[in-house]
Amino acid sequence: MPFHTHRLANGLQIIGETIPTARSVGVGFFVNTGSRDETTPVSGVSHFLEHMLFKGTPRRTALDVNLHFDRIGASYNAYTSEEATVFYAAVLPEYLATAVDILADILRPSLREEDFETEKKVILEEIGMYEDMPSFAAGEYAKKIYYADHPLGNTILGSSQSIIDLTRDQMLGYFNSRYTAPNILVSVAGQFDWPEFIAMIETQCGHWPSDAAVRENLLAVPGAGGNHRMAKEGVAQEHVMLFSPGPAAEDPLRYAAATLALAIGDDTGSRFYWELIHPGHAESAGCSIDQSQQSGTTGSSFSCEPTQAAENLEIMLRVLAEVQKNSITADELDQAKSKISSRIVRHSERPMGRMRSIASAWIYNGEYHDIDVELNRFESVSLEDIRKVLERFPLTDTTVVAYGPTEVEA
Amino acid sequence: MKQDVNHFTLPNGLTILAERMDHVRSATVSFLIPGGCSYDPPDQLGMGAILAEMLSRGAGERDAEQLSLAFDRLGVDHGETVGLLNMGLFGGTLARNVPFALELFADMVLRPTLPEEELESVQSLLIQDLQGLEDSPQDKVMIELRKRYYPSPLNRDRCGSEEGIEAVTIASLRNHHRKQLRPNGTILSIAGNIDWSLIRDKAEELFGNWPMAEVTKNTPTDCVPTSEHLHKDTQQTQIAIAFPSVPMSHPAYFAARGAVGVLSSSGMSSRLFTEVREKRGLCYSVYASHETLKDRGTIYACAGSRAERAQETLDVMLAELRRLKDGVEIDEIDRMRASLKTSLIMQQESTSARAGAIARDWYHLGRVRSFDETQREIDGLNVSAVLDYASAFPFETPTLVTLGPAPLVLPA
Repeated sequence: MPFHTHRLANGLQIIGETIPTARSVGVGFFVNTGSRDETTPVSGVSHFLEHMLFKGTPRRTALDVNLHFDRIGASYNAYTSEEATVFYAAVLPEYLATAVDILADILRPSLREEDFETEKKVILEEIGMYEDMPSFAAGEYAKKIYYADHPLGNTILGSSQSIIDLTRDQMLGYFNSRYTAPNILVSVAGQFDWPEFIAMIETQCGHWPSDAAVRENLLAVPGAGGNHRMAKEGVAQEHVMLFSPGPAAEDPLRYAAATLALAIGDDTGSRFYWELIHPGHAESAGCSIDQSQQSGTTGSSFSCEPTQAAENLEIMLRVLAEVQKNSITADELDQAKSKISSRIVRHSERPMGRMRSIASAWIYNGEYHDIDVELNRFESVSLEDIRKVLERFPLTDTTVVAYGPTEVEA
Repeated sequence: MKQDVNHFTLPNGLTILAERMDHVRSATVSFLIPGGCSYDPPDQLGMGAILAEMLSRGAGERDAEQLSLAFDRLGVDHGETVGLLNMGLFGGTLARNVPFALELFADMVLRPTLPEEELESVQSLLIQDLQGLEDSPQDKVMIELRKRYYPSPLNRDRCGSEEGIEAVTIASLRNHHRKQLRPNGTILSIAGNIDWSLIRDKAEELFGNWPMAEVTKNTPTDCVPTSEHLHKDTQQTQIAIAFPSVPMSHPAYFAARGAVGVLSSSGMSSRLFTEVREKRGLCYSVYASHETLKDRGTIYACAGSRAERAQETLDVMLAELRRLKDGVEIDEIDRMRASLKTSLIMQQESTSARAGAIARDWYHLGRVRSFDETQREIDGLNVSAVLDYASAFPFETPTLVTLGPAPLVLPA
């Protein structure tokens, strides 16, 4: 697949992958800012700001933004993570120019005071919605415990109080320092013309400020360790998470680590499946890696009937210790790779999937690889690589965090 | 728009559908078998869910582990689920692995072991699934709404009940498998980079001898929908409302979709999102959707708001629904058409979307609707189509279920 890159004079980076058979095109603006870049007084600002970008610009009211997207039948959204705030749209090829016009426009928002106060209520509603989902609340609590004082443990939503206290000026200050051209990547994949695309971005974004933004605290996090539990009234199940250090997004061992996590905790045919799901001990159980800049985790989790939790935790710890000691078998490795390659192929068949994959590879490693290179990297994972992962990132270095009902003792 | 669809019905009633997509490497296989939870025995609610889970615990010559391995080696991501009307089996994989995947599915459907020693584990799993619903208020409120809106047995949820799950025996399970999993009424659909004659021959070879079984009915009883408030000490109150609509086979189906488009599904400029969230900041999530069964359809409207604001949210939602019949702007129709058109075209990039779409078409219409026909229906939507729909199927007398700290009042 033809791949292209271009950098504007102000430092904005553009990448694209042409997919001749695609019937649509996906485009995304990736801003290198998230909850890990926040200080405590502005907790939740990245996510609230993400919302505010849809609330209007000098040229458009909030309703205009929505109308213009909807008139071109765009499928659009945004999300905020610990490290990135991303705005994206999938459109039919004839509407790419309009989609870019809207996205680039909203990336310089007006942040009008009245809209700020109204949208604050929406954020508070969102916080309430997630508080009512124990599995989500459990994850937030576990993250905070594991990372302790490190900003990767920051809540993305913020707290009700920090959002209530947040001012429009604080948000503007944050925006000015983070939403600068060198801190933004534009990614496109599907059916489009590259020279035309560069011209669009140059016109819309060429004047954006060129100051660099800095990310602090780029250290790997060892994890707090220990066993922790939070009890909450009215929660029906026990939700348990185990974190240990894992490869960072730049680490070449990430392919082996992802394969290992699949063999341990995929939905079907994995160690956790046979030991916990199949015998009916837990309703769900899984293992996955989470990669950030310079830091990563391996995370295992399960949800179950509260009286079953202690026994399930023992089982999970035993499985992890087993794998740590003896690794996985050659057969398990082959099966995991089979599943992964099938999933990669299917995920790549939508332009949005490729648009996001190429952005991730560029942001973390400054590289591009097409589907076949990606497949090859997983194909070449060996048992030796798995052993290296286990050596550097022992599965037994766990921090255990449980979240469940008040009525049951841990 | 170019489209390559074939179909064939075997003498035993099994219908095979295939849509060739030559711009992809993968394929999705999907089975819709007439064994949904509406066919569960009334004293064993959850039977269908147990059967779906048990199908993969050994089939043909393979035990559970060997079967799992066989799927994994082919890189087939597979699932077995029970819905209201149908049991669904599906698998996504590289196109060249479809014939082997079909062999495994055939074993599961025709020759599952249904081992007695696995029953208790599955029962435990499903009881925990049920329990997990209590921690998902947005799912829970919809299940409780359907329970009170639809007549039995259409008001069931696939999770069943604890008593029902525990009442299932290996004998009743095997009996249910014999009765409900039959070729007559089953739709096998495949979409992706496949070869039709190869697929058709393979399906015939594997399923040609599947014996037909008696068609069981799930005749709905009469019922009056009831509204109810369910207490739970949560931050938000979940609101779920149902109104009568039309099924896919009805001439006004696209007009109904158009109405939902203006209200919600055309995007963030739709009425509910604009009035409830954008202008008033009353919620994070608010939407309307259309559901089709074989003989009836429903429009839902849902939202979640902090308890102290939930009444206002409900009032605004109902006002927007009621005011639809008073007028629709041409721009709203254009936006609704644009979103439907984009969905139709982007569907063509996904083998799972197409496998699902052709199966649903066949289930409801007895044929596959072509892209061109769908596009014509979309193009034919106009202001009067939506207004006629809103008059013929007014948003009056809502059935309302709420889940939260305090009940809400339905305006007169």
